[in-house]
Amino acid sequence: MERKLTCIICPLGCDLTVQVEDKKVLDVQGHTCPRGKKYAESECTNPQRTITSTVKCNDGSLVSVKTDKPIPKEKMIECMEAINNAVATLPVSIGDVIIEDVFGSNIVATQNKK
Amino acid sequence: MRDLVIIGGGPAGMSAAIAAYESGIRDILILERDENLGGILQQCIHNGFGLHKFGEELTGPEYAWKYEAKVKELGIECKLNTMVLDVSEDKVITATNTEDGLFQIEAKSVILAMGCRERSKGALNIAGSRPAGIYSAGTAQKFVNMKGYLPGKNVVILGSGDIGLIMARRMTLEGAKVHAVCELMPYSGGLARNIEQCLNDFGIPLKLSHTIVKIHGKDRVEGVTIAKVDENRRPIKESEEYIACDTILFSVGLIPENELSKAAKVDLSNITSGAVVDQDRQTSVEGVFSCGNVLHVHDLVDYVSDEAEIAGKAAAEYIKGNQGESVLIPITTDGKIRYTVPQRITKSKDVAVYFRVSNIYKNVTVTVSDGNNVIFSKKRVKVAPGEMESVTLKKEIFENAKELHFALEEM
Repeated sequence: MERKLTCIICPLGCDLTVQVEDKKVLDVQGHTCPRGKKYAESECTNPQRTITSTVKCNDGSLVSVKTDKPIPKEKMIECMEAINNAVATLPVSIGDVIIEDVFGSNIVATQNKK
Repeated sequence: MRDLVIIGGGPAGMSAAIAAYESGIRDILILERDENLGGILQQCIHNGFGLHKFGEELTGPEYAWKYEAKVKELGIECKLNTMVLDVSEDKVITATNTEDGLFQIEAKSVILAMGCRERSKGALNIAGSRPAGIYSAGTAQKFVNMKGYLPGKNVVILGSGDIGLIMARRMTLEGAKVHAVCELMPYSGGLARNIEQCLNDFGIPLKLSHTIVKIHGKDRVEGVTIAKVDENRRPIKESEEYIACDTILFSVGLIPENELSKAAKVDLSNITSGAVVDQDRQTSVEGVFSCGNVLHVHDLVDYVSDEAEIAGKAAAEYIKGNQGESVLIPITTDGKIRYTVPQRITKSKDVAVYFRVSNIYKNVTVTVSDGNNVIFSKKRVKVAPGEMESVTLKKEIFENAKELHFALEEM
């Protein structure tokens, strides 16, 4: 089976053509870098996404966060539930872990807040 | 008298300040109207920034912090919560804040780095009254990401610029239902990766060649009538469709914010709505430089930082009185290439020319001619208006040029 994808790794947005049989990638065309090929393989076997969002702080303000590694794409909404139920205690610095191990990734702060 | 005053403390202003410092200028002042440095990056909490500049994928606040930390480390002076009211042709800046009141500063050099603002619904002439629930995509972004408010539950987005696409995903993740993104043009103005990861991932339809013809609802938005448009962008009556919704986001373009440039009598381009500049990003007013989204709207902040570095270095050289030999080579375009930045070359040195095309073209050659002969060409498989292109020209090839004409040849 042939799958057409748009690579999301960088702003080039290469048009990829992938040959897949039984969840196995046989060939990738259209990528301009190795990361594109890797994306095509991952997208056809175990698609993953990075989630960015905000977490409530104990003073009522918000701090921006992200998953420090991509998580399985089908877990995005469940990941959001975990993020929306969390409360961060100030102060927070970039990289601080706000929630541990959400589908194999930590939720970390992407902002400094006093 | 200050050496260098930079108006705007976003990515462009911070990057220009650091570059000027590293070129030996110490007397630098950044004026910023917000309470924090970072500009619009503060509310762009999504990732995808910095791949080109830092080789890693950063969120907006993380990217901004890399520069803010450096500005602080170098001890570059910043006045926050400070609104600049006027910049005169002879580089006198009038500004105000609650600490200093109304004050004036004379500068040897000024860098304009005010960024851009969103085109509003008012610019579009859509029928209907003025119900609540209509936002620009950037306003909605500020509400969701910085204030913690969700502006609505059922959303239609007009315009497929990157902010609109990012907000489609953001509002979906926060529990809203985005019913459609309508785009007047037959192609999206946003990056292909954003259509993929912001719309396709969530099954949000992108309706190309569609527009909103009527907004329904008196106190609150109740729905919209959308319609397909013909090749002249006129709505086709028979294609009208009603979508019930409580919120409409407009992502219909960005406009460089050049009121201060106008005050300083800087020549503006009617295509970019930004200043006309040379390779150093110097405007028509000597010692006044312009960079970032106030000069032309960029799709990547990485390129804003690059451009601001050019302006910062050049302003430093100007302050030190290093002018060098000057030439004057105008850069012209064929229309398929809509504009270039810079628009003229005034010094004989290698130059990167950035440009945007006016439509989607496939299998093209970008050519640069010196008035007589083609002196540079580059093949591209696909070019699109949403994605800025660039070529680097070595000074040897344009030394004797009267002009540089940029054209797109279809194969």
